[in-house]
Amino acid sequence: MFEIPENLYYSESHEWIDPETGRVGITDFAQDELGDVVFVELPAEGAELRAGEEFGVVESIKAVSDVYAPTDGTVRAVNDALATQPELVNEDPFGEGWLLELEHEGVGELLDAAAYREQIE
Amino acid sequence: MALRTPPLDERHAAAGAKTTEFGGWEMPVHFGSIREEHAAVRESLGKFDVSHMGQLHVFGPDAVALTDRLVTADITSLSPGRARYTPVTDAEGVILDDVVVYRRESGVLVVPNAGHDEEMATRWDAHCEEWDLNVEVQNATESYGMLAVQGPDAEDTLADAGEESLRDLSRFGHADATVAGIDCLVARTGYTGEDGYELLAPAAEFETVWDAFDCQPCGLGARDTLRLEMGYLLSGQEFDAESNPRTPYEAGIGWTVALDSEFVGRDALADATNPEETLTGIRLAERGVPRHGYDVTDEDGYLLGTVTSGTVSPTLNTPIALAYLPADLDVGADVGVVVRGDRKRGTVVETPFLEDY
Repeated sequence: MFEIPENLYYSESHEWIDPETGRVGITDFAQDELGDVVFVELPAEGAELRAGEEFGVVESIKAVSDVYAPTDGTVRAVNDALATQPELVNEDPFGEGWLLELEHEGVGELLDAAAYREQIE
Repeated sequence: MALRTPPLDERHAAAGAKTTEFGGWEMPVHFGSIREEHAAVRESLGKFDVSHMGQLHVFGPDAVALTDRLVTADITSLSPGRARYTPVTDAEGVILDDVVVYRRESGVLVVPNAGHDEEMATRWDAHCEEWDLNVEVQNATESYGMLAVQGPDAEDTLADAGEESLRDLSRFGHADATVAGIDCLVARTGYTGEDGYELLAPAAEFETVWDAFDCQPCGLGARDTLRLEMGYLLSGQEFDAESNPRTPYEAGIGWTVALDSEFVGRDALADATNPEETLTGIRLAERGVPRHGYDVTDEDGYLLGTVTSGTVSPTLNTPIALAYLPADLDVGADVGVVVRGDRKRGTVVETPFLEDY
């Protein structure tokens, strides 16, 4: 029932990363759990992140949720559109609702789509 | 302790409701999207299962007299078919709960908040005995369901599903009426700022009444954002006898206090009409989500108070909050809410936060 694109890799804390572009976001499952997103706080470009490190916050009307870096990497870009349209995280979590882009070196021990599906089911 | 559930909990689950614990009840928090449910109520119509609200039927020759002495408002002047919003205070004038009192031909119906029904029933019983009055209190919370139908389309919808005469109910008026063939008590009350009705129906027939309204089902999430845009109090947040003891004057509902009548807390409240802190509306100019417990500071970073309720207003698309702040702060004063160490700039505003309400 939840969308889980095959080409992405996933963390157990429900972030995804696209190994080709380095884009990072939260999964369809995660946005559904959170409900209507009203605020997203992201790091500055150039920030150095460690895998598993908290890098920002996604807030819905009812909850505050930390988001964690799926891999080590340097923040190359952040999604500025979320400042005024945080609802993009709900509407298009794997597309226009991306959070940031990481310069990274591989996906390490992240889950593939099948393993992530198993986790959330 | 097991959570109490409304009569339609299985129906709600099948309709995709996510639930939350609230006042000892497991209630729907939303049916998909708080934002959509909120918009439905502001623009057309939404229905809420509010069966967690208490229902105390107070009968007997002294039903009105007893109730009048336990609430701050004057109930004796209320004619049958009318209702009044009022706090219940202790001897110190501290709000124990806020209720709606419905004057019936047969006595009064008191509707306390979720989880306060037993406390209030006990309070009524104890004072009945203490004052040697002739009253019977029935806690009917579990045997009735309560439905709120709220939004600008409410009147047409109630006239269709119920009786044409429901158009003529004025705000806080109520009447016995048949809705979808079921005998209900229908009141023109609500907690959203929109026109709307609240219906009481026997739990066994509640499903028929719920199904009579083909509109957006809404959960407690939208109920909270809707009431907060209006600056309405939420029991347990804007006041709590244990953790946040407040008088009606502090809470901004001094208009409910009839100092010229006798009630528990009257003498304490007569000396408390000019409180040092009052419940104040804040609107932030920066993005962020003010939440319960966050600090409110002045321009120099001095602590002024803490947020009791906050959200991003779905209607205004800006962050709004309520907080107890020094009473001498004027509208327009510079106040900030500290969100994860970062002070978000804002100003004191009038409530309701929405214009034209």
